[in-house]
Amino acid sequence: MVVVVAQPTDLAVAGGHVMAEYQNIFTRLQVTAPAYPGVPLDPATGGGGREIKPFFSYLLGKFGDAQIGPVYLGWTGVTSLLFGFLAFEIVGLNMLASVNWDPIQFIRQLPWLALEPPAPANGLRIPPLNQGGWWILAGFFMTISVVLWCVRMYKRAKAHGMGTHVAWAFASAIWLMVVLGFLRPVMMGSWGEAVPFGIFPHLDWTAAFSIRYGNLFYNPFHMLSIAFLYGSTLLFAMHGATILAVSRYGGERELEQIADRGTASERAALFWRWTMGFNATMESIHRWAWWFAVLTPLTGGIGILLTGTVVDNWYLWGIEHGLVATYPNVFPPVVDPALAPGAGQ
Amino acid sequence: MNALNSVLGRATVLAGALLLLAGCERPIPVSTQEGYRGTAMVDVQNPRLLADKRAANAMPEALPASAASGVLASSIYQNVPALGHLDLAEFTRLMNAMTAWVSPEEGCAYCHNPANLASEEKYTKVVSRRMIEMTQHINSSWKPHVAETGVTCYTCHRGNPVPQGIWFAHLENDGVKSKFAGNRAGQNIATAEVGMTSLPFDPFTTFLQDATEIRVVSRTALATNDPTSIKQTEWTYGLMMHMSQSLGVNCTHCHNSRSFIDWNQSNPVRVTAWYGIRLVRDLNVAYLNPLASLLPPKRLGVAGDGPKVGCATCHQGAAKPLYGAPMLADYTAFAAPPVVAPPAAMPVEAAPEELPEPQPAEPAVSASSQ
Repeated sequence: MVVVVAQPTDLAVAGGHVMAEYQNIFTRLQVTAPAYPGVPLDPATGGGGREIKPFFSYLLGKFGDAQIGPVYLGWTGVTSLLFGFLAFEIVGLNMLASVNWDPIQFIRQLPWLALEPPAPANGLRIPPLNQGGWWILAGFFMTISVVLWCVRMYKRAKAHGMGTHVAWAFASAIWLMVVLGFLRPVMMGSWGEAVPFGIFPHLDWTAAFSIRYGNLFYNPFHMLSIAFLYGSTLLFAMHGATILAVSRYGGERELEQIADRGTASERAALFWRWTMGFNATMESIHRWAWWFAVLTPLTGGIGILLTGTVVDNWYLWGIEHGLVATYPNVFPPVVDPALAPGAGQ
Repeated sequence: MNALNSVLGRATVLAGALLLLAGCERPIPVSTQEGYRGTAMVDVQNPRLLADKRAANAMPEALPASAASGVLASSIYQNVPALGHLDLAEFTRLMNAMTAWVSPEEGCAYCHNPANLASEEKYTKVVSRRMIEMTQHINSSWKPHVAETGVTCYTCHRGNPVPQGIWFAHLENDGVKSKFAGNRAGQNIATAEVGMTSLPFDPFTTFLQDATEIRVVSRTALATNDPTSIKQTEWTYGLMMHMSQSLGVNCTHCHNSRSFIDWNQSNPVRVTAWYGIRLVRDLNVAYLNPLASLLPPKRLGVAGDGPKVGCATCHQGAAKPLYGAPMLADYTAFAAPPVVAPPAAMPVEAAPEELPEPQPAEPAVSASSQ
């Protein structure tokens, strides 16, 4: 049974017929139908997993599909949530302890609070819990949690006969996280090189990282990562805008348009050829988007891994490789006062 | 329902837009180019706040110059080693000026026993003499920082018996009670002194008392065995935020941010600032810390230490204290220690290897002075 709940203002008149127009967020029109349990799959090959009886949420239906469930957790999902919870609690309780268990200060200061990695003097030894041991535990649990979640995505995709693109994209983000919190600190011989858990503290760490290593903007992998990051947002905007613009011709049914190009595809293609001479296809635009997104943390992680291990000052490295612009010096000559006779460093 | 939804929707959009604007400063700041174009080496000021800032940093009218009496102050007053070499009229003028600068409400009795002006029963008298000696020391030995502009009591005191912008050491573990969790590691709490960042909140003890290495940026393109850590960089960063806050300037007031360490691309005022750090360290070690034992408990910090100076103590938000007003010119007694009676109990200056030799003249590069 299909129930259409619509107000007169949600109905557009087309060719003398009243036609329902369904838009997330903007209209109150919502189509409900009996819950769809998903394609039947063989439980023997992991195709089971219909653990929560589907139900409907009108509010969530404003943003996406109103049907919630079925959900499948499996052992990877359960263990991932467990380890994630442990990491979250270790970080949160340490933050709470750092304001003497005062809930008001915890909320006021939350953006400033952090769980710091061990001091550099500890090297790669495991220090007492309150000297960075908590940080190692939290990082260990968080890494287990996200890796298990990634495995879970991979297994679910396999079970459905899907490609494993989502798991690999997530793995790219995990790569950057592991570089920052594990691989690079190990290569540098100090947990103290790693990132603190905290909102402002990890941003201050990022700025300090760039300063210590002579300006990360001259790191070519950082440049690539930024290009892919900003490129991702550009592609997302172009693609989203294109599909919305041709949705009146059925453009949002992308899979159908890929298999059997219709007028939506053709109008979108011609639009981009008109405006910039070239168009992605209904299929290739998704490859563009996937690779741009995946390459953002992938190249960024390489740039981080090379910093301090191979290159110690990216600005000076940039001078050696012709990256640094020269411009006139407008100030009188300045000499390091530490080099003046009799001056200390 | 429809109307309600539309009103709610509009209210939400409006509230969201206002929330976004909450981070904005009004009016649009005025920036003045200082370095080469495109390097962001600009001075940024908020014109709305500038008038108040200038008023707060205005120099008081100098007292009329004294007519020489021909009598030395030391021949009339007892126990005047720092200023006894002055003419009596100038001595009296200075006492009046210092009262107006330091204890305008408390008057002479803030330091003196009115019945016996020579008495040292009040700790404030001993402290004030040491502060006079300190002022003379700054003006004679730290010209690379203060140039001929110099400093007087007013540069820091501004009518307060205890100047604003002083600092104290923090408690061990910064008052966090738990020994099991919640180690702040010297940072990660909102701190006004370091620009409301989560950077290390006490760069003062580390850099403005102890002569800890400030430089953290690598000097080689490729990795060597330089052990300087990112955490160490955060401490330096905290000190730089304190300087930035104290002077009301950006990083690019001194640095070309594309290469913070490079002196070639820096504004010459960075040299002035470099001497300023050493000056403050010298004052804390040689003058202020030794006074702590004289102070009553109400003047001490949580860790039991005495008040110490930082950049904010003199600068108070201005790139040049009192906007560079040459105050010393009207009170030349503060220009140098008396030649005839050098202060006897001058403490040995600690960490001499960190301190530059007192420079007889301004360095050639110090185009601007303060």
